[in-house]
Parts: sequence; structure tokens; C-alpha cells
Amino acid sequence: MRAFTYERARTPAEAAAAAARTHGARFIAGGTNLLDLMKLEIEIPTHLIDVNGLKLDTIESTDDGGVRIGALVRNTDLAADARIRRDYALLTRALVAGASGQLRNKATTAGNLLQRTRCPYFYDTAQPCNKRLPGSGCAAIGGVSRQLAVIGTSTACIATHPSDMAVAMMLLAAVVETVRPDGSTRQIALDTFYRAPGSTPHIETLLEKGELIAAVRLPAPLGGTHLYRKVRDRASYAFALVSVAAVIQADGSGRVALGGVAYKPWRSDAADALLPQGAQAVIGALLQGAAPTPENQFKVQLAQRTLASVLMQARS
Amino acid sequence: MNTPSEFALSRRDLLKLGAGSASVIAIPTAMADVPGAREPARAPVVEKVSFRVNGKKQSLQLDTRVTLLDALREHLQLTGTKKGCDHGQCGACTVIVDGRRINACLTLAVMHEGAEITTIEGLGSPDDLHPMQAAFVKHDGYQCGYCTPGQICSAVSVLQEIKDGIPSHVTGDLQAGATLSAEEIRERMSGNICRCGAYSNIVDAIEDVGGKRA
Repeated sequence: MRAFTYERARTPAEAAAAAARTHGARFIAGGTNLLDLMKLEIEIPTHLIDVNGLKLDTIESTDDGGVRIGALVRNTDLAADARIRRDYALLTRALVAGASGQLRNKATTAGNLLQRTRCPYFYDTAQPCNKRLPGSGCAAIGGVSRQLAVIGTSTACIATHPSDMAVAMMLLAAVVETVRPDGSTRQIALDTFYRAPGSTPHIETLLEKGELIAAVRLPAPLGGTHLYRKVRDRASYAFALVSVAAVIQADGSGRVALGGVAYKPWRSDAADALLPQGAQAVIGALLQGAAPTPENQFKVQLAQRTLASVLMQARS
Repeated sequence: MNTPSEFALSRRDLLKLGAGSASVIAIPTAMADVPGAREPARAPVVEKVSFRVNGKKQSLQLDTRVTLLDALREHLQLTGTKKGCDHGQCGACTVIVDGRRINACLTLAVMHEGAEITTIEGLGSPDDLHPMQAAFVKHDGYQCGYCTPGQICSAVSVLQEIKDGIPSHVTGDLQAGATLSAEEIRERMSGNICRCGAYSNIVDAIEDVGGKRA
């Protein structure tokens, strides 16, 4: 690990301003992903701004009937919150499907959204990776790609976003609330928050230099049956090959999102509209234009079968 | 013995391949957006931090890079907490901080100003074992013992988490909350790996302590 200076920020605006003016600065909250990457010298910040003291750790009801989740709410606390369990059960289900108990106790809401890919070539510093070393190439394309993306990829990167929480957040139409270095705030729909890899896969979100996530807002509850099904290589503590988030209403309509298939959780209104026709129609629309590798083309059928199983469970 | 040709790679060829792949990545072209990537290496930075470990106040001056795990083992000589993978994958470093189990390897010591930390040494002593320590002995919940301190710290927290109504992946009814079962224990202990494979006895030990409590 490279040496770095360290400060504890006192307000969100102060943290954002410090990050903007200090070259090589990064925020640290739970640190479960960032420190791992720092040990491997994949992340090499020269200054860490500890945001744990910013008091962004509450879950509040909003005027529109939704909730505002502070950026520092730990994954365990979010999953266990009584309102979340009752009104946004999908989010609890997705959270407890991810990581381990120890990690969920530390990992934060904002940090979960910003965690980096687990592509093996991103982690292997002896290999080229455009996300880690821009312009160095992509060893995953033509390499061991079983875990990697099937849609939304580019010739520069086929990495997936590894989060389970974000899949639920995407379906629930979450909005990311930020504080910028000048103290102003803005709201970014999660749907537009993640940037497609294109030729710059190292730039992953719309966040500007120094911009800090303060909270994530969820609109009023959707009702319906909430299901999250994660398919992985072992029963617990593994990243998804494919995951399906679904909120299904009594009339068969609903919303669906997929994890493990792209650089962000993958959904569309057009695909949701086909839910009454069944899983094949939905996945056909959702993964139209998919460009899987020979090693991960199974994910298309796996997504369809997993959704079929989820829809059957929703009806029962 | 016939060696398949694709595996007939000499040591010399392997070194050549390694050198080739290194030259491929030595030409980063657009590093400006990667924080810190073009910064010169800096001298170590030392910060003060104070926290309580097993009830005793500790004030340390540490390199900012020192993890909580290394602070415990290398600076406070509390070597009960083990370093396994050092990447949060094995759980050998599990300690309890402010009432919650965490991976001590994935957090910086300087981030724990004022924290209350409990390690395996703080749970019990050889003369006065914690009930979970006694249950691991009774049920033979280990072979080599390296993962055991982490398993025990994690297990103590698991019972508390179930009691506190924190749901898990296998909790059926999110409203009713979790109840103690072997299935819940297995799921909640998945962040603690035991390469000797003592899992079934570990589950027995935790069930024993959990059952006595209820």
C-alpha cells in the first residue's frame, strides 16, 4: 500500500471541497472495497477523507411517501430497518444476498453503489485492463469471461457492476442525492448514474471531482410481491452469475431488473410491459442486442429461467 | 508419461510470457482520471489514535496504512486475532467493534478513534472461558485452530444479530424476523472459512450456546 495523508471531514460540503482541491484524494467510509484495492495498489490515493463522522446515517420518511437513506447507513442497518423490511422488502432481500455479515456491518449505502467491479483482470495487476490502467487493453475479452457482462459492453471493457443492493435500488427508481464542492446539491436518477464503458471504462459514474453522495431517495412504495433471486457458484458469500429482482402486482404487471449482466443493473419499461406474456418475452426484450462471449452466453438462458422461476413463485 | 503439448511450457518460456505481459501494461496513456496514479510516492504519514481494546485504553502513533488487524497484532501484541487472507474473504480477523463484528483487515486503525474493540482475548480467558469458547471445545469445533478466534467472535455476534431481529438471506418472513436454526447459523457464518472443514461441529457449538440462552 502506498503512503497517504488522512483527515476526518466534519461536514459534507467541507468533505467535497477538500476532495476537489486535493489531488489524488478519495473519500473513505466503510472501506471494505477501497482498502482491499489499496493493498493491491489498484487504487492509489494520496489522501483519504474519512466521511464517517458526517452524520449521514439516518433513514427518514419523505413528503412524497418515500424514504431518504443517508449515504452512511450501513448495509446491515438498512436491511434491518422496519420500514424497509415492510415497504421495500426487495431492498432487504438484495442486501442480505450480498457479501458476509462482517462486511455488511461496515459497508455503506453510498459505498455499495460505488464499489468497483470484481472482474479478475481488474484485480490482476500483471494483466492489461482499461478500467485500471486506461489505454492498456482488455484481457477479459478473449480471456476467462464466465462472470462478465453480456450486454452494454464495449470493445474496451466487459466488466459487470457487482452490487446486489443496486439492482433493487434500480428497480425501485432510486435517486442519488449529492453535495458538490461549492456546497450545492443535485439529484441524479440511478438509472442515469452509471456511465456505459465506451472507450473510457475507468470513468464509471456521473459524479464530478469532489462530488459526495449524501443520500439515496426511494419514491413511495410499489406494493406487490417483492422477490430477489441470486444465482451463484456457492450458496452464500459469492457474487451473482445472474440475479433477478422483481416486484409483481396481483394483475401480473410489475417491474424487473437484472444483476450480473452489465456495467449497471439492467432494466427497461418496455421489457416490464411484456411481463403478462412471461419470462421469455421479457428477457427477449431486455437482453436484445446482447453480445455475450462464448463463455458467458449461458447467462441469457439463465436469466430467462431465473425470471420464469421468480414469476412462478410470485403467482403461488 | 505423455504431456499434452499445450501444457509443455518450460520455465524459460513462462518467464518470457511474464516479461511480455509486463511490457504490454507499461504504457498507460490516459491516467489523469485515476486518483493518485501520477503522484510521486510520499513518505510514511503518522497519526495518533486512541481506542479501547478489551476494556483497556490504548493510545498509539501509527502509520496511516496500518489496519486495525495489524495494530492489534503487531503494535498491541494481541495475536489471538489471526491474519488469513488479509482481503476480507476468510473471516480469520473477525473482531467486535462497537458491538458489531467486522473484518479487522479491511479497516484502518486511525478510523477507530474512541471505538470499543473486543478481540478473542477479551471474550474469555483460559481460566474463565466465554460460553462460546467452552462450546467450541466441547463440540470439537476446530482442527488446526487458526480460524477459531474469528469463528468465535463471529458466532457471538451472530447470536446477538438474531436476537436483535436482523434478517439474513434465509430468513423466511421478514416481518416475523429470524429464529435460531442450523440454516440461519450456516448462512450467517458464511464469512468465516474453515479449511479443516469443522463446519458441522461449529454449527453444533453455536446451536448449543444459542439454545441455552433462549
